[in-house]
Amino acid sequence: MKTISVSIIGFGAVGQGVAKVLVDKKEYLENLGLDFKVVAVADSRTAAIDENGVDLNAVLSRKQDEGVVGSEKLTGLEIIETIDHDVVVETTPTNIVTGGVGLQNMLAAFKHGRDVVTSNKGPLAMKYGELMEAASEGGSNFKYEATVGGAMPVLNLAKDVLAGNSITNVEGIFNGTCNYILTRMMEEHASYEQMLAEAQELGYAETDPTYDVEGIDTACKLVILANCVFGMNATHEDVTVSGITRITPEALLLAQNEGYVIKLIGEVNDSRINVAPKLVPIDHPLAVGGSLNVASVQTDLSGPITVTGRGAGSVETASAILSDMISIYRD
Amino acid sequence: MRVSMDIELKDIPGQLLLALRPVSELKGNLISVVHHHEKRTPRGTIPVQLVFEIKPDKLNDIVSRLEENGIGIARIDEKRFFEHGAVILIGHIVHTDIQDTIDTIDKTGYAEVVDLNLSMPKINMASSASLKIDAVSKEHLDSAITLLKEIAREKDLLVIEPIKIELGVN
Repeated sequence: MKTISVSIIGFGAVGQGVAKVLVDKKEYLENLGLDFKVVAVADSRTAAIDENGVDLNAVLSRKQDEGVVGSEKLTGLEIIETIDHDVVVETTPTNIVTGGVGLQNMLAAFKHGRDVVTSNKGPLAMKYGELMEAASEGGSNFKYEATVGGAMPVLNLAKDVLAGNSITNVEGIFNGTCNYILTRMMEEHASYEQMLAEAQELGYAETDPTYDVEGIDTACKLVILANCVFGMNATHEDVTVSGITRITPEALLLAQNEGYVIKLIGEVNDSRINVAPKLVPIDHPLAVGGSLNVASVQTDLSGPITVTGRGAGSVETASAILSDMISIYRD
Repeated sequence: MRVSMDIELKDIPGQLLLALRPVSELKGNLISVVHHHEKRTPRGTIPVQLVFEIKPDKLNDIVSRLEENGIGIARIDEKRFFEHGAVILIGHIVHTDIQDTIDTIDKTGYAEVVDLNLSMPKINMASSASLKIDAVSKEHLDSAITLLKEIAREKDLLVIEPIKIELGVN
């Protein structure tokens, strides 16, 4: 049995999802010969620390009841710098302007030779080159499948599973909120404003939906794809972006009469990184409905490979993190 | 361009060769030949349908060579536009001079707007339209859509174009 000591930095929906799957999958992981021992959990205000392993169930219920994870006053950054452990699970909220605390956390982790698994897009979309360099200097593993498409495997698919293929293009729907709004507008023949309100009520959209509906979130994911799969050193400023706020129900109906649906499509290849609403033939593999994500990877040997799945959600995103953790430590 | 032609052959050997040779000599690309040997026209000739691609300036030469060879031509149908595309426009489409928007495409000579559906929900609200564009080739269709996007930017219209059907093939 290999024991790997873990910190979970950031305890929102994704951080809590990671704690849940580590509890639920304990036996499964033991069968793989892996024991992930969480030695520290931090949210934005408090921390729970135990070098013999934090009681994750207790932390989860305390977060639920009191809104905090523990009584310690250590920050995530202090935990990374002062507590000895192997892997930092970085699940703080995304900040695409500065990279936010996530960037500091990741750089500190690499400085101390720790591995990092993250769902936080901001730092990767802002400072990809710098992070890769720091990871390599620290001799650290750095995995971030959860940043693109949640549970839907895209990065590892393109990099590992399809090894041997050259990837010429990646195209798809990378934002479930936009997909939900557009799908519902078409179904109900309702305005953008009405369906945004519905999405907010159901928790599919944030109070300030700008980040999703203006295509910024999709742009960040494309930047990560461009850097990770196409070896670029792009930032979100290199992406041409147009969102879904101007789409009308009449446009969706006219498109439907021509055999199309309208989707917010992200596309990345050697010559462009682009986010825009596009017409997708109704019977095309990219025409998935609801809040699903989908990605089609164009390869030279295998042709197009298309995957679809849930692009967000606590446990769904945690599954991508868990898969990254396993791939680092499994022999 | 692509030409579809109905010709009539005398029922004697070697006639089909006489009909096809001019197409090949003038560097045409034969797409299909349907030879209705069991049928007869009222004139006792055999009807044949040819489809071929040829440079537009060579079509008259083909016609005269066929006539020289004694082959009757019943019908010629030329088709310039092979590519059909659809786009959606959103914005103040009519008030930003819809005629001018359409003219810009039509004036190219290689593409035309062949259909327009307009939906105007209320005064002062954005309209939506679907446009069908025909063009002589895929490349010309792409240029026409690029042109449309440029005008649309000036007029603050949103253009929604189709994804490339062959996934990721550029």
